[in-house]
Amino acid sequence: MYKYDQYDQAMVDARVEEFRDQARRRLEGKLTEDQFKPLRLMNGLYLQLHAYMLRVAIPYGTLNSRQMEALADIAEKYDRGYGHFTTRQNIQYNWIKLEDAADILADLATVEMHAIQTSGNCIRNISADHFAGAAADEIIDPRPYAELMRQWSSFHPEFTYLPRKFKIAVIGSETDRAAMRLHDIGIRIVRRASDSGAEVGAQFFAGGGMGRTPMIAPLIRDFVPLDQLITYAEACLRVYNRYGRRDNKYKARIKILVHELGAAEYTRQVEEEFAHMLSVGVEPPHEELARIAEYFAPPAFVDGPKTLDRSDPDFALWVDRNTHRHKHDAYVSAVISLKPAGGIPGDATADQMRLMARLAKQYSFDELRVMHTQNVLLPHVRIADLHAVWTALEEAGLGSPNMDTIEDIIACPGLDYCSLANARSIPLAQRISERFAQSGRTEIVGELKLKISGCINACGHHHAGHIGILGVDKKGTENYQLSLGGSEAEDVSLAKITGPGFDEDGVIAAVEKVTDVYLAARADGERFLDTYRRIGMEPFKEALYGA
Amino acid sequence: MAHNLGTSPDEVQFRFRDDEPVDHGTVTVDSALEQTNANAVRIEPGDDARLLLPFLDRLALVEVNFPSFGDGRGYSAARILREAGYAGELRAVGQVLIDQLSHMRRCGFDSFAPDKRLDEEDALRAFATWENVYQRAADRRATIADKRHEA
Repeated sequence: MYKYDQYDQAMVDARVEEFRDQARRRLEGKLTEDQFKPLRLMNGLYLQLHAYMLRVAIPYGTLNSRQMEALADIAEKYDRGYGHFTTRQNIQYNWIKLEDAADILADLATVEMHAIQTSGNCIRNISADHFAGAAADEIIDPRPYAELMRQWSSFHPEFTYLPRKFKIAVIGSETDRAAMRLHDIGIRIVRRASDSGAEVGAQFFAGGGMGRTPMIAPLIRDFVPLDQLITYAEACLRVYNRYGRRDNKYKARIKILVHELGAAEYTRQVEEEFAHMLSVGVEPPHEELARIAEYFAPPAFVDGPKTLDRSDPDFALWVDRNTHRHKHDAYVSAVISLKPAGGIPGDATADQMRLMARLAKQYSFDELRVMHTQNVLLPHVRIADLHAVWTALEEAGLGSPNMDTIEDIIACPGLDYCSLANARSIPLAQRISERFAQSGRTEIVGELKLKISGCINACGHHHAGHIGILGVDKKGTENYQLSLGGSEAEDVSLAKITGPGFDEDGVIAAVEKVTDVYLAARADGERFLDTYRRIGMEPFKEALYGA
Repeated sequence: MAHNLGTSPDEVQFRFRDDEPVDHGTVTVDSALEQTNANAVRIEPGDDARLLLPFLDRLALVEVNFPSFGDGRGYSAARILREAGYAGELRAVGQVLIDQLSHMRRCGFDSFAPDKRLDEEDALRAFATWENVYQRAADRRATIADKRHEA
């Protein structure tokens, strides 16, 4: 994985000092809270309901054991002994004191980590396919491109006061495991035939997003040559910075600009700016990409057994559910579920983080990934080592065999933490996963992605859930709208609302009813989403609301 | 010429140029397009800086107004002018704060007239925040990537 050189380290160190100085000026009254707010946000510091929250960047979700251990130390030293992994492959600490923030950033800097641009109206932490460099179906490892963009987007002088936040995801497979088209810019690294054999480039999608106006990003360019990647991104951002709406924060995301202009007109403006930018020369030297790519060379895989002893049914179930096919046939990627039935999705204790770090060091070339599904991944595990890994995970309460099942719920922090929320998300996730785990239904239902947001900002990705739940405030009480048919994957679609909302008990019953309809109607091999797409909304509505 | 708009040289707190500052006010972009003798213009956030490109030779001062520090359109305006070869004074005015100075400088601003005077020491520290930079920008500084691959 990528390692800082003296320049990267100096940039992060300079940022810590800058923030320390900003905090000092705030305390001395030289900065008003209004002036300080965007500065602390750009260092990941939010004011929530009960305390400050610090969001630490994990660029494209990749970290090593030393970094994971540092995250555990921070959880113990400055928080309440745990952290929360997020849908953008970051980690959040929910109980932070403002006066500790600069020290935490300094601690992070010692392990090549930071909280830069994890909030604010700037280019956020770049996310990527969590199986990058490991998945059997990968065409090109997206991480070098994500790292190139991390450097380009860090402290960008022109794009630090954008109309609104800006999220970029990069993938390198046909399969989309990063919700790429639900990002402000989604990039797919592709290979195409050329005179010299094959040429690598980037497909650009722009104007996707969730929030109150969900949109799927249209393709704006089929192929950007690699030595123009940054230039093209810069052109996309400049058009947005100049013309994105600033009169209404709810209409300020790039998706609204692309929608209002139309994809063709936005593209035309970008192309014009791009042509200009090419003449200015903003692209980093092409050797830089090669330098970065060296850090992502495949580790030294060794041959080994390709089959395993499945005599323990619990182990076999976990293998079937939680492992993913690897490029090398003696390896798999193993998903560490942070979704124990009845637990808080994405939470991990300091001890659990340390265990994950140890397993990474021992069994996965010292590498971990944070998944956008709020789980953690050991990307390269020998099949021969799987039983040992599973045994250790089981002992630590991290062995739930539920990847991509209804227990693998994405949920935002909701009203338990967040000052924007209208309703609680976490207790709902806990009750649903517990209910399905206890009844044994999880396994019967199979793949079903349930996503819960506690408000219309959609941090819990409810628009992209096979089943989505949105918490709203209805005359002072929490109410939950149910929606069906969303997907964040390559078959991307936006979920549709079933009808009137439910109270907490009601929405749990509704989720069960919806799975009843699916189980009664499903054809061979159909996932919930496939059945929904085949039979449509009506049968579900009928079951939920009757005649 | 009437001092109808904009900042006077007295209001400029930091200036990174040796030439004499323009001693009169600025006109709006619309006026500048009509008045063939205007040499000082003020750009508001909604203005298209590219409208000025045909007249850059005759301009000695462009003020870019930041009515609110959170509105970042002025950064693009500045870079666009510099990319087109504008060599006159580029002055950031309005809500110009300590923590925007280094980015503004990188986008090509070479004078600063904040509506509230800034603490000198804090400002000088802010200008010097970044010993190195990741992006190519209007200041033409060699980037980190450039340095990594110097022959």
